[in-house]
Amino acid sequence: MFEIGLILLSIFMVATAIIAVWFKDLLASTISLAAMSLLLSLYFYMLHAPDVAIAEAGVGACITTALLVITIKNTERMEEEGGEEE
Amino acid sequence: MSEERMSVIVTTIASLLFPFIFIFSFYVIMHGHLTPGGGFQGGAIGASAIVMLIVAYGAREVYKKASDEKLSIFESVGGLLFVLVGILGFILAASFLSNFLVGEPIFGNIPPFGSNPGELNSGGILPLLNIAVGMKVIGGLASVVLIMALAGGEKK
Repeated sequence: MFEIGLILLSIFMVATAIIAVWFKDLLASTISLAAMSLLLSLYFYMLHAPDVAIAEAGVGACITTALLVITIKNTERMEEEGGEEE
Repeated sequence: MSEERMSVIVTTIASLLFPFIFIFSFYVIMHGHLTPGGGFQGGAIGASAIVMLIVAYGAREVYKKASDEKLSIFESVGGLLFVLVGILGFILAASFLSNFLVGEPIFGNIPPFGSNPGELNSGGILPLLNIAVGMKVIGGLASVVLIMALAGGEKK
């Protein structure tokens, strides 16, 4: 049961990370990164490291998300089409 | 856009949740020597409460109550408290950061031997160091986000 939970959490974490890269809407990418950080803190808790879990939930899921949201507010929200292909 | 406050639902919920998150942060800091968590974790939770206010009300509103200079002074007091406790250990006991509060009425009780739920009034100088680190982390993280939100508001 424990291993199944860890495998499911790993799959969800990889899925949210891929979604964060794939979205063109940067605000949705930020929320997806916050979800990945929250799942990572749950993973740390299941690996018996509650100390690291609290730090990850506080810094990763809240303050990083707020910083990115403030940055997106003052720049552009949508990623440019074909900007990286040159 | 960034100077405006958000809708009345968001501001009401944020101001309703703020004291509870802050008191939870104080709980994590004060129980740092008994339960998981400590100065950095509790400080990150407290800074996230201030960040929630910044996102909900806008940076200008928060700047009137807690400017970056006040937060910087708060942070510096935390760092000075840490060094002061260390030097007091140098003066009153053997070496830097040595535990000079054992047996004193404040934080000095020695818990019974064996498995026990833990006693808040124990730990020596560890709660003081946790409080110092918590003050430093709250001031630092909150002022970073506040400065960044203010700079963005000025550019527009």
